[in-house]
Amino acid sequence: MYSDMVMDHFKNPRNVGSLTDADGIGTEGNPVCGDIMKIYIKVQGNRITDVKFQTFGCGAAIATSSMVTEMVKGKTLEEAMVISNKAVAEALGGLPATKMHCSNLAADALHRAIEDYQAKQKVA
Amino acid sequence: MGKLIYLDHAATTPVHPKVLEAMLPYFSAKFGNPSSVYTLAQEARQAVETARTQVAEVLGSTPREIIFNSGGTESDNTAIKAVAFAQQKLGNHIITSVVEHHAVLETVHALEKMGFQATFLPVDKHGLVNPDDVGRAITDKTTLVSIMLANNEVGTIEPIADIAKVIKARAKGRKIAFHTDAVQGAGSLDLNVDKLGVDLLSLSSHKFYGPKGVGVLYVRRGGPFMTWQHGGSQERNRRAGTENVPGIVGTAAGLKLAEENREAFNKHCSALRDRLIVGVTKIERSYVTGHPTQRLANNASFYFEFVEGESILLNLDFEGVAASSGSACTSASLEPSHVLTSMGVPVESAHGSVRFTLGLENTQEEIDLIISILPGIVSRLRAMSPLSAEKR
Repeated sequence: MYSDMVMDHFKNPRNVGSLTDADGIGTEGNPVCGDIMKIYIKVQGNRITDVKFQTFGCGAAIATSSMVTEMVKGKTLEEAMVISNKAVAEALGGLPATKMHCSNLAADALHRAIEDYQAKQKVA
Repeated sequence: MGKLIYLDHAATTPVHPKVLEAMLPYFSAKFGNPSSVYTLAQEARQAVETARTQVAEVLGSTPREIIFNSGGTESDNTAIKAVAFAQQKLGNHIITSVVEHHAVLETVHALEKMGFQATFLPVDKHGLVNPDDVGRAITDKTTLVSIMLANNEVGTIEPIADIAKVIKARAKGRKIAFHTDAVQGAGSLDLNVDKLGVDLLSLSSHKFYGPKGVGVLYVRRGGPFMTWQHGGSQERNRRAGTENVPGIVGTAAGLKLAEENREAFNKHCSALRDRLIVGVTKIERSYVTGHPTQRLANNASFYFEFVEGESILLNLDFEGVAASSGSACTSASLEPSHVLTSMGVPVESAHGSVRFTLGLENTQEEIDLIISILPGIVSRLRAMSPLSAEKR
């Protein structure tokens, strides 16, 4: 069902947890669908210097969350904003068709976190 | 991965060695078509009719009331459509419940699209249908009631005999056929059709240590019926197609064995089930689903708040444990189990459901292993979950 890389990220998820001093927090999904991803980012000089995730969901939801945190670390905000859900799935060697929509929302959660950071910058 | 610990007997069972042994000659040595005249074919005919008699004995019916077919889904489809269309001039109303298997629910939905009316009865928090609700739902247009013998997800045993009495009392001499999907009850419950008071009953062989792709539909003699698969005159013109001889032989062998082992099965499985329930519910915010006492001996089903079922199943699989879940993520649909949500389990919690269904080959050591590894799996996933952080 899942590729070896998905299973690797599911078994050993990277960057699990929260950041108490996060500069931006983004959430995507809802419990009714069975998937919620929450991404925390730390930003310094337009670059994402640290990132953590918390996810409620299936194997694909956890693996995509883990993968997106790996892909985005050290990237500029502009580079991070163009990472798509599809790119995350491809980086994992693909996902089963039924998982592409419901469980593949990690990049969206990341984008919400960046938007949260940018909104806070405007206020400040 | 070490030894497989198989706890998904409600999904399917392995073919019992004795069943396989009974089936094997009919693949090659005794391969004849039962409809032919020569000795080889007549051996196959004899095997099919012996199997029919054996199945009838377990059901307390006559052999001619037994139809062999391709499985539980075909049995449910045929039972519902056969009665609905045969009685169309007398009425167009069907009563069923919200917790039925999809083979029943989707068949009734299909009939609704063809102009039939349907009532889907609710269940209580334990998954029970109230017989009085059946009585109240009956109208002068009702021709069929279909309620399952035992639920596949939570193991709740429905009061079929009581429902039969209510139907009889409310029918006032009018013919209302009563069908039960008994697929999940075989091997654990009494399948005597007169004691149950049913007119039609569905069975699937691979749920009682028989082969996949074969099943049984019991149809009470003299009851309404319309043939759905046309062709040859097999199964007394009620189901055309050359008989699946090895499958039919395996069905009878499996059912006979299951009936002989029934008491031992219930004793063995219920002890393990209760041990599992006590052990698993020590996990914080875990809940048993289904009825506390009116449940199948081999069903232990749960849900765990803040975690998702497929993630639990994958982690169990790493340890060699096979189980199942009603989470949307384990099905092609995006909806979690209709059974759990209709019992009042919150949608987000239904995603965290896990079902263990036991068999004769399971041991106490296996149950103790589950009890020892599950808390770690759940707490690891909860540590990862944004829900537990917010709610606790």
